[in-house]
Amino acid sequence: MSGVWRRLDGAAASVDVTVDGRAVKAFADETVATLLLRLGLDHFGPHPKGDAALAPYCLMGTCFGCLCTIDDRPGSQACLEPVIDGLEIVTGDGAPSAEASA
Amino acid sequence: MIGGPLDTGTGDRVADIAIVGAGLVGAALALGCARRGASVVLCDAGEDRFHASAGNFGLVWVQGKGQSAPAYARLSRRSANGWADFARSLGDRHGAPDYAGGGGIKIALSEAELESYTTALARMHNQPDPTDNDTRLIDAHELRELVPAVGPEALGGTFCPHDGHADPLGTLHALHRALARHPRVRVVRARIERAVADGRVAPFVLEHREGRVRASRVVLAAGHGATALAPGLGLDARVRPQRGQIVVTERVPPFLPLACHSVRQSADGTVLLGDSKEDVDFDDGTTPPALHAILSRAVRCFPRLARVRVARSWGALRVLSPDGLPIYQDSTRVPGASLVTCHSGVTLAAAHAGEVADAIVDERLGERYPSFSPARFGSSVAAA
Repeated sequence: MSGVWRRLDGAAASVDVTVDGRAVKAFADETVATLLLRLGLDHFGPHPKGDAALAPYCLMGTCFGCLCTIDDRPGSQACLEPVIDGLEIVTGDGAPSAEASA
Repeated sequence: MIGGPLDTGTGDRVADIAIVGAGLVGAALALGCARRGASVVLCDAGEDRFHASAGNFGLVWVQGKGQSAPAYARLSRRSANGWADFARSLGDRHGAPDYAGGGGIKIALSEAELESYTTALARMHNQPDPTDNDTRLIDAHELRELVPAVGPEALGGTFCPHDGHADPLGTLHALHRALARHPRVRVVRARIERAVADGRVAPFVLEHREGRVRASRVVLAAGHGATALAPGLGLDARVRPQRGQIVVTERVPPFLPLACHSVRQSADGTVLLGDSKEDVDFDDGTTPPALHAILSRAVRCFPRLARVRVARSWGALRVLSPDGLPIYQDSTRVPGASLVTCHSGVTLAAAHAGEVADAIVDERLGERYPSFSPARFGSSVAAA
């Protein structure tokens, strides 16, 4: 585990997911957003206003800063998705709902 | 009369002008008065739940204003045309508040709506001075050229070149940063509980829990908070709440180049959807029927919104006088006390920081804006 995020109770990561095609172990009780933050992701997509990057801010479903593609659903809010075995996560596009950008 | 000190050794705040209310109206007036050289104490009760400036939609809007009151249409237009400079003047290391002009559109979704817009426009064009309103009808073709994202139900609408939109919270915060920097302004963070004139050199005494503010003049600009203090100062703050519910979505790529009255896209990419008009007294909640009406109309205007997620929604209370126009008043019973209250705190912010603040500093508020005197309502509750 890298970065500033540290699990205090020493529990083992037991959930198997993929992030951008790479196999990753996640904790059973975490969300996709905390997993990606623990992995050190700092660019969740472009900000519509300019060249700034989006990143998770609220972690409670309000800021839409943690969007990524989860199991082929673009624009998923990573902070609202608990990890489960086999989840496929693709980061970096921050794509909002498809119809909006059509 | 201006140019007095800001503090004495007694612990009282002393100023030329005390402004009660630190929302968009009070803050803009305070900055304008200070820029004219007056010492100002701004009394800020904080953001209580009925603080209109915290719930604003953010239109800088001229079309439809003052259909039977040309003075209001003109004031709105002067303010809207001064907005770009006003926003720039608030620029600091945090940037300037987001403002986009270029015009605004009210979309018609049925022949009946288009007809009602046509009738309203004809009424405005019958005003004595035809230059008072340059809002015009646009057909479906021109509407699609201006805003390509509109859906098939949009039949046309009205376009006004003075309209635009701004970030209301960003504007309020920028005003407060400018006030905090200004050497002629002090902000007192307290709710004024009593306001009296005691006949001394700085005759007005405003009492709050932790102390007092003394000033030569006092301006009530506290929205709904002005109603309790107004009668004692001979002022007529006859305002009532009208609720508007607003929805804001997640950020989406820019698709809306102009504000469309009840739909606007902020510079951040979020889309604001409004707005209901409900007389529900002091209830700032949200209700499923009003939100449904807002969302379904927005989707009929812009079908792509059907798949965009809602981030949050809220209700806020407009500050409405009996005829919807501002009330600008100099008290006759208590000379030196004035009232400024209006529904369009965003649209009029540039005027409030400019010409209206000038009128206050010059002690000519009532004289320069006779159309906004509460005398138009007939017998004054304040004089009773």
